Amino acid sequence: MNSVALRIEIFLRRLLTRPRLDLPLLIALLLLAGMGLFFLASAADLAWHTIGAQAARLVLGFMLLSVVSRIPPAQFRRWSPALYVFSILLLILVLVLGEGRGADRWLNLGIVRFQPSELLKLTTPMMAAWYLAQRPLPPSWRDLGVVLLLIALPAGLIAKQPDLGTALLVVAAGAFVLFLSGLSLRRMGLILGFVLLMLPVAWHFMHDYQRERVLTLFNPESDPLGTGWHVIQSEIAVGSGGVFGKGFMRGTQAQLQFLPEHTTDFIYAVVGEEFGLIGALLLLALYLFIIGRSLWIAVNARDTYARLLSGALAMSFFVYVMVNGGMITGLLPVVGVPLPLVSYGGTSAVSLLAGFGMLMSIHAHRKFMK
Amino acid sequence: MKRKPRPVLRNSGDEQRQFTRRAWFSLALIMLALVGLGVRFFWLQVVRHDEFVTRANDNSIHVRFLSPPRGMIFDRNGVVLAENVPAFRLEVVPDQVHDMPAMLKSLATVVPLSSDDLRRFHQALKEQRSFQSVPLRNRLSEDEIARFAINRWRFPGVEIAPYLRRYYPQGALTASVVGYVGSIDQREAEKLQGTPYADMSQIGKSGIEREYEKLLRGVPGYELVEVNADQRPLRVLERVPPRPGENLYLTLDMHLQNAAYTGLRGRAGAAVAVDPRNGQVLALASSPSYDPNLFVGGISEANYKALLDDPHHPLLNRVTDGTYLPGSTVKPFEAVAGLELGLRTPQYTVDSVGEWHIPGLPGARGYRDDVPGGVGVVDLAQAIEMSVNTYFYKLAYDMGIDRLSAFMAKFGFGQPSGIDLPHEASGVLPSRAWKQKTLHRPWYLGDTVISGIGQGYWQVTPLQLANALSTLADFGQPQRLHLLLATQDGNDAPIKPVVVPPPGPPVIAHRADWQAVMQGMVKVVEGARGTARGLDVGFPYRIAGKTGTAEIFSRTSHAWHNDRTNQELALRHRALFIGFTPASDPRVAGVAVLERAAWGGRDAAPIVRDMFDAWARLRHLPDTPLPGDTLPAWAPLSLPAGTASSAPVPPAVDLPHASSVLNRARAAPTVSMSP
Repeated sequence: MNSVALRIEIFLRRLLTRPRLDLPLLIALLLLAGMGLFFLASAADLAWHTIGAQAARLVLGFMLLSVVSRIPPAQFRRWSPALYVFSILLLILVLVLGEGRGADRWLNLGIVRFQPSELLKLTTPMMAAWYLAQRPLPPSWRDLGVVLLLIALPAGLIAKQPDLGTALLVVAAGAFVLFLSGLSLRRMGLILGFVLLMLPVAWHFMHDYQRERVLTLFNPESDPLGTGWHVIQSEIAVGSGGVFGKGFMRGTQAQLQFLPEHTTDFIYAVVGEEFGLIGALLLLALYLFIIGRSLWIAVNARDTYARLLSGALAMSFFVYVMVNGGMITGLLPVVGVPLPLVSYGGTSAVSLLAGFGMLMSIHAHRKFMK
Repeated sequence: MKRKPRPVLRNSGDEQRQFTRRAWFSLALIMLALVGLGVRFFWLQVVRHDEFVTRANDNSIHVRFLSPPRGMIFDRNGVVLAENVPAFRLEVVPDQVHDMPAMLKSLATVVPLSSDDLRRFHQALKEQRSFQSVPLRNRLSEDEIARFAINRWRFPGVEIAPYLRRYYPQGALTASVVGYVGSIDQREAEKLQGTPYADMSQIGKSGIEREYEKLLRGVPGYELVEVNADQRPLRVLERVPPRPGENLYLTLDMHLQNAAYTGLRGRAGAAVAVDPRNGQVLALASSPSYDPNLFVGGISEANYKALLDDPHHPLLNRVTDGTYLPGSTVKPFEAVAGLELGLRTPQYTVDSVGEWHIPGLPGARGYRDDVPGGVGVVDLAQAIEMSVNTYFYKLAYDMGIDRLSAFMAKFGFGQPSGIDLPHEASGVLPSRAWKQKTLHRPWYLGDTVISGIGQGYWQVTPLQLANALSTLADFGQPQRLHLLLATQDGNDAPIKPVVVPPPGPPVIAHRADWQAVMQGMVKVVEGARGTARGLDVGFPYRIAGKTGTAEIFSRTSHAWHNDRTNQELALRHRALFIGFTPASDPRVAGVAVLERAAWGGRDAAPIVRDMFDAWARLRHLPDTPLPGDTLPAWAPLSLPAGTASSAPVPPAVDLPHASSVLNRARAAPTVSMSP
């Protein structure tokens, strides 16, 4: 008992005295979080409880980041199977007694409500990396099959919630592990071909609103007041922003409620409307830096597990940005993917920052440079 | 086959190189994708910027039209003929109603909704956008407003809205002049596409309301309103107030108008009074009339059907569109023509023997006088006094149809008078060309003869008759008959008189000719054998007039018609009277036409006398002051009680049997012979 308390004390002391943080990445993240709060303040019409709640989550997230950064990668590796199983159990729990808006994604823990599916975005690549790190690479057919199963299980459960967007992101995170493990291009091609063949089957199992969203992508004007509404209003918001934007809280699309979900999934459109091309590209540049820095950390990681995990996290981060950006500019279908660290929403920000905590840790335990 | 567990053989150098290659390759792809996203932003925000700005504005900025108050209409003394009164109506915003049929059903239990209301509502529902309010029920009573207010919570999306309703305080009395406004119909709406009318629902449909629609309607204003996604208005960005329509002052004088209308007593007919010196129309009444207020905001089907099915056609403006045989009323004009063309002198006499034959055709058909055996030798004045047909058969025959119709055209017969009303019939002035063109038959001598007494092909409107009479009364000077006296751009603005120039040169060259005809017309009223003798009893000025009694049916037998009871004659005759006063300095000229009445002098002339009485009571009229000049715009006038408020439509008299109870204080002329 005493020893546990002592160890925690030592841990906390080290956290403060010798933080293991990558300064460029941390600054970029803080900058992003700060800009995110600023954009949210405008999008939420200066609703202080919204901004305050988001700020509190970000503070929590950064605290979690620094705590996680103190945990050596070897520990994550050891915990990976347990965390994976634990998060899968949570998913099952959600399916049994979940609550949420339209879709059952939320787990109410009394004070905090959170989406277990967010957790899987981390634990799935962790599990895949854990499995592959013990195997010779590139992975054999057998290992490939095991990893695909490890990915398919959570993805299937999340898709059943139904949350197709998150399911695809989980699949992507796992797939990046496979890609970075050196899976031969031929095998990747075979898998992709198989997936393409399965698409009509997937279509069959899709919910109507999911089908509509995909269809709407191809012709948003076909139903301007139905599902096309989101895409059209988002494009109008972005396009009407021009180069310099309409100014803080001056976006008519966002402020007059033409833009749906303008504090969450469509906040990037608010940025485009109120801060113009300059704001949008600035944000894009910041994301690019964070992704690049994360990949650089991955390349310099000490072992296979750390490499695979950090690389997959970096690329997942890109996918969030791309899917959200593509959605609000009408390039990709409307899937409920928040803009990382900018959209209002707790679980996403906290789990993302926890992920960056792991990256920091991996960076701190990088191989020795020659 | 048993599979050996593979030993973990790792080549960490290879693995790492492979990883690094793939990581940098991924980064390259990621950069490409993000650049692509950046290009997409550029495409939307720079290349297509203008398009999206427009669409963002379309989203959030709505144009709301502000209807201008319609100009008011007054008579020459400032009596209100058309005004706007505040009223309340129920409006529905379709977007905010979940179950329209159920809502309408339960609303009907609170505020009665007629089938006409619902029909109009559903029509408007189809034409308007779902977030715009659609009027459901006009003219709510105070009771209905109160009842709805209590139940309001049950009807989201239904509101009480104030609006300005057109109101005609004189009702049927001035309907034939003022006309009415009604809902813009489909055809009118298409014509108005893109004009400032887009959001207005009422338009002048007839009478002055239609003729001067452009002056009356004003210019709509608009508000640019910022709305949110629920179409709720948030603030007004820009406001251009509507410009009210111009107020119109008509030449009409309600004293005379009232005399004309009440004088007709609901019988089918028309009465007109004009000031011959300037062409101002002082009275213009068509009977039976209708209540124009029924049309405001859309007439109900039942009311409209009742008006259309009425055998007396109340919607027909008999003054401008009713065409009648003029009968003997054309004789003074022909007398003028005979004198002016040098065919007659006032002293020239004709022997009336009861029948006249075209010279050289003694055995042929005879043209009759009204009295068997005739009245003997008559000169011009006597011919007019007693309306001697023989005199005018011969005159027409001597003149020939070409000269006759050419001269009659100078008096305006056969063509619209040009009055400022939307529609006017042309009538028929008999001529060779007209007959050839219309009937494809040549002109016969007999046609000329009967044209001389206003029979045959003749068709005139009461307005044409008034126009010709006005020309005659003003010593041959034609005037453009008109109703618009002055306009006023806003209630406080000065009143601007309208100048109407005479349309042509004088018709009568010699004042002596005029004197001769006038004296004949005075004898009609004053002479011992005048066809309207006694008409001037108690009247302060001399009256010059001429009766006309036209036969509706042509003669079928050679026998004299012996049943001379008024009731029987009323079935066969139209009664007409034209007259002006003071005879030697005419200031008012009146025309009355009754579709079914026995004699012009006995039945039509008293209507003209009524108008003259009303005129004589007005000291100011001879000087024709402009409203506001000598009288305040809202001068209370000594109108007979009951006319200032909305005049109920007098019951249309079936047939002029009722005329037998004619009970006038003034001596009604006992007619022995006419026309």
